[in-house]
Amino acid sequence: MASRVLRAIVTLVFVVIFNFFLFRMLPGDPIGLYTRGRNQDAEQLLELRRALNKPLLEQFLTYMRNPFDQAIDSTRFSRPVWEMIGERVWPTILLLGTAILVASIVGIWIGIRAGWKPGGRFDRMSTGATLMLYSMPEFWLGMMLLIVFSVGAFGIPGIFPVGGMSTPGVDTSTPIGWLNVLWHLVLPCTTLILIYLADYALVMRASLIDERKQEYLTLARAKGLRDAVVRKRHAVPNALLPTITLIFLSLGFVVTGAITVETVFSWPGLGLLTYEALRGPDIPLLQAIFLMFSIAVIVANLIAELLYVVFDPRVRS
Amino acid sequence: MSVTSQRRRMAFARFSTGFRHDRAGMAGLAILAVFVATAILAPILIPESAIDVTKATGGRLDSPSWSYPLGTDESGRSMLLLLAWGTRISLTVGLAATVISVVIGTLFGIMAGHFRGFGGHALVGVTDWFLVIPFLPLAIVLATVLGPSTMNLIIVIGITSWAGTARLIRAQTLSIEGRPYLERSRALGAGNWHQMTRHVLPNVFPLVLANTTLTVAIVILSETTLSFLGLGDPLAPSWGSLLDRAFSSGAVSSGAWWYVLPPGICVVLVVLAFTLVGRATERIVDPGRAS
Repeated sequence: MASRVLRAIVTLVFVVIFNFFLFRMLPGDPIGLYTRGRNQDAEQLLELRRALNKPLLEQFLTYMRNPFDQAIDSTRFSRPVWEMIGERVWPTILLLGTAILVASIVGIWIGIRAGWKPGGRFDRMSTGATLMLYSMPEFWLGMMLLIVFSVGAFGIPGIFPVGGMSTPGVDTSTPIGWLNVLWHLVLPCTTLILIYLADYALVMRASLIDERKQEYLTLARAKGLRDAVVRKRHAVPNALLPTITLIFLSLGFVVTGAITVETVFSWPGLGLLTYEALRGPDIPLLQAIFLMFSIAVIVANLIAELLYVVFDPRVRS
Repeated sequence: MSVTSQRRRMAFARFSTGFRHDRAGMAGLAILAVFVATAILAPILIPESAIDVTKATGGRLDSPSWSYPLGTDESGRSMLLLLAWGTRISLTVGLAATVISVVIGTLFGIMAGHFRGFGGHALVGVTDWFLVIPFLPLAIVLATVLGPSTMNLIIVIGITSWAGTARLIRAQTLSIEGRPYLERSRALGAGNWHQMTRHVLPNVFPLVLANTTLTVAIVILSETTLSFLGLGDPLAPSWGSLLDRAFSSGAVSSGAWWYVLPPGICVVLVVLAFTLVGRATERIVDPGRAS
């Protein structure tokens, strides 16, 4: 267990090193890249030049000592990057948390029904549908939902807001405000649920089909247990473990959806912040966002590995 | 005819018979044929002036009509013709990036499985690192550093998507390394290069083939996502950058579904087709793995 934690830390250290050196390998003028497309006053330029002219090793050590330094400012918004990230974390957690929760429940349910009778009618239909969803760019699904349910097309009235997290002027600390946020959450969350559940359903289905070959199920049937009991008490609990681990492991894939879908729906989270940093480009902000997403994914991976060790004694050796 | 080439020909005949009996795989192949034909014929049938902004003839965001079956974009170009050109760009980027990804993945996989000791461990470490790091943030920082162009997009996707292939090929290499014929060839004095190219590579090749088709599917989705975020060549009308322009020109808020719907359907069809072909290939070459 200690070796797994150590490996996660090493991975993280390499992210920080990579993050530092990548932006120093730039061909051409670094000042130009840092300030592309913006007016900077002479004082700021001088400050930037002074910082970039320090010896590389000194810059590297400063960054390694504290990559979360409050003194790292965004070049586009002139504010500490970690303060901006701190503000944007909660909307993303709300959006992704809801989407992952609903998608895993529905996805696992579909996976169980499809995987218990592979080749059956439900399986053929659901596998077709999930493969279709799996092939979709998530932001495109979001744009289509926006056109149909927010702008209104094909005779369907638009009843959902076009974007944002709440209507300007509404106080989000009151119950009315919560409903308003919920109303804004519906479309981006539905988009992500549809995309994620396709992945989860395919994984659960494959996992259950693997489990069906096990001998203990033959024994359970030989004892005279009903099919539904064999499924619920014996097959599903064992098939759930790899699926839940994979849900944690797929956080990298979840992040991709967050970036594009938040952009489409102007949801003020980390994904939209990434898009804003990208359009600059705002290098310090991009670096910080890359580090933040990497930490989140590495920690999620570590949790998945530890969960496996706790719940499956076979891998402990 | 040598024994090996005869054997390979037979293996290929067996494979194509198996594939012909796979309905989903054949459906995927048929869809791909249509798109490949479009990509090849686009520059022959459609003059380049059709996608030139300065020579556009239609109105702004016109809805579908007889002269513009899929409507027009924000500068009055025919969506149908843009889409045909987009097929060419999206498929080219997809295939080129896949070649990079599969070559790096196979190379790393075979070497990581073949070499023991520090070198092998280092290769596994690099592979694991690329597997853990979230794809899109990594691709975004790389693409920002390199700057937006079609060539850079291919490079970025290629070097961010090989790790899965490498892990798969390494596992297969490890199982081949334990077989007696490799021990025999080592005993006869075969070097590392000979072992890897003459014994390991031909054995992992069917798996590489199945994996390649599945990789193209993922790579085309990646191309769409990165182009949508404005990291591709802004002038090349790939499906992703069409969606990017639809988004930034306000086609969504003005309800211009004909600008958004077709590029997405093309992406879904091509990705689905590659997935179907890939799964069918997997079922034939590696029946144990596929379910």
